[in-house]
Amino acid sequence: MDLFDNLVLGFSTALLVQNVLYCFVGVLLGTAVGVLPGIGPTATVAMLLPITFNFEPVTALIMLAGIYYGAQYGGSTTAILINLPGESSAAVTALDGHEMARQGRAGPALAAAAIGSFIAGTVATVVLAVAAPPLAAVALKFGPADYFALVLFGLIVSIALARGSALKALAMIALGILLGTVGQDIYTGTPRFVLGQRELYGGIDFVSVAVGMFGIAEILRNLENERDRPSVLDRVTSLWPTREDRRRIVGPIARGTGLGAALGVLPGGGHVLASFTSYAVEKRISKRRSEFGHGAIEGVAGPESANNAAAQTSFIPLLTLGLPAHPVMALMVGAFIVHGITPGPNVITDEPALVWGLIASMWIGNVLLVLLNLPLIGIWVRMLRIPYQVLFPMIVLFAVIGTYSLGSNEYDVYAIAFFGILGYVLIKCGCEPAPLLLGFVLGPLLEENLRRALIISRGDATVFLTRPISATLLALTVAALAIAAFPAIRKRREVVFAEED
Amino acid sequence: MQRRRSLPDVLAGGIFVLIGGVFVVGALGYDRGTPLRMGPGYFPLMVGAIVAVLGLAIIVKGLVAGEVIPSEAVPWRAVVLIVLAVVFFGFFIGSLGFVPTSAVTALLTTLASRRVRLLTALAVSAGLTVAATLIFVVGLQLRIPLWGPGFVF
Repeated sequence: MDLFDNLVLGFSTALLVQNVLYCFVGVLLGTAVGVLPGIGPTATVAMLLPITFNFEPVTALIMLAGIYYGAQYGGSTTAILINLPGESSAAVTALDGHEMARQGRAGPALAAAAIGSFIAGTVATVVLAVAAPPLAAVALKFGPADYFALVLFGLIVSIALARGSALKALAMIALGILLGTVGQDIYTGTPRFVLGQRELYGGIDFVSVAVGMFGIAEILRNLENERDRPSVLDRVTSLWPTREDRRRIVGPIARGTGLGAALGVLPGGGHVLASFTSYAVEKRISKRRSEFGHGAIEGVAGPESANNAAAQTSFIPLLTLGLPAHPVMALMVGAFIVHGITPGPNVITDEPALVWGLIASMWIGNVLLVLLNLPLIGIWVRMLRIPYQVLFPMIVLFAVIGTYSLGSNEYDVYAIAFFGILGYVLIKCGCEPAPLLLGFVLGPLLEENLRRALIISRGDATVFLTRPISATLLALTVAALAIAAFPAIRKRREVVFAEED
Repeated sequence: MQRRRSLPDVLAGGIFVLIGGVFVVGALGYDRGTPLRMGPGYFPLMVGAIVAVLGLAIIVKGLVAGEVIPSEAVPWRAVVLIVLAVVFFGFFIGSLGFVPTSAVTALLTTLASRRVRLLTALAVSAGLTVAATLIFVVGLQLRIPLWGPGFVF
């Protein structure tokens, strides 16, 4: 069976000393930024991306991936211990997790989160390994028209999942696409919107956009109201869940894994949706519904499994179609491109060691994460005492140095300031930054495929409707737009998200 | 969620209209081509128009039934100092070199917090400069001179 050979290849790559080492560095950093409120995986990956350019491509991707799924683990620790979700998907974990901690059951809550995450991560990686090759094979049949429809579909679905106003999310996507057109035109080489500056010919660097929108803007948000952190519950005793606890978390972990693995594939924060949905499901089917919100261990195990499963399967669109499902994935597309690899269905056949090495590294990463999170919990608790006054200057300084080192281009640094302010104003006005970044990364792909499709069809725009794949995807796009726009369906969506408040 | 006239909505919409409009005007200066063979101006013109129209829709919605967004005061000090710190870095890294530029950037950023004392700020920025030098120049061997040609003792 191919799968077996592929996995052997993957593990032989992932178990190389430097790959294990950087996998460890990645999950360690991921856990750290997941634990620390006020710094997320997107800003971290953006900051560290330049550093990884000196690495082998597979090592770079293993580390960046580790930061992403490590952050999903770490986010739960903060949520449980101080009721502040370190990462957006951990918001729902805080509901029952923190309640358990207040009842002196922080240990079992942390253990349930870690065990659930481990099982979910392991299973979802199997899903990834099994599903990726056939999907990539299908994707190879895609023509430019189909690709255009697929990218459009991905962008629109990401609004249906985003919180807040759908209209604003749509506008943010379009704005991202628009900003992506800065730089030389791919077909004619004409410089567009470069204001006469040679430095802008290559376009706006997406690292600057990410660091500005997710790093600087977030820091400004946090500095609006400087409060002391809520005090940490200092002692975590008896990590091991009781037999009763173990019995109660089996079902939620299994259901959470399934939900997460399925929803993670969706673009635009599938892991957040997964954890909310899992919580809603557990609450609905539980016999102890009244315990939810008052320290039900199911409310920790389910959502944590779901978001971790989703974190793994969100690599499926990236590895098979070259489409990022999350801003972190968008940054990883950049990492691929810098290393001379065009993300897309060809990657899995052209670079098998890279793809399977990455997949295999996720198992190793998940094992490392359990080791990091359970026995070393005391260290993470202590890390929560680092004052924000030290943390945010570090983020700013490392971000500017990292961005500058990309191309020794001072315009990339100015762009950070610009997008920091733009992002801050837009976030304050109720616009989420993630759709903009997805639009920015996917915009050039959209334009290229649109133009190529029309050249091939000799200017006949009906090509998008006559090709079955493209027509189906466009129909789904319209459906997704309808879901996002229709008030009745929107209301249901708000109900799912309202649990957070 | 309450629905009424909302200033943030109007502001957000205004930004979209403005940026969309600027790109539309800019795109008019490029060759548009035909749908068969699109010129460099075609796609930005289309998307710019979409952004502007969506911006208008957000403004209208904001005037009729806007979202009420809980908002806190803008931390002007942080906005100014952080922008200054970032721009300083971009402007001077070429001439002053890694160490002085990082130190000033770190100090400016540290002072962005309203709760920091000068002595603490100095200590934090000194620590960060050392850490950054060790990580980026010694550890990762970035090719940025430690002391630039423009830096004179």
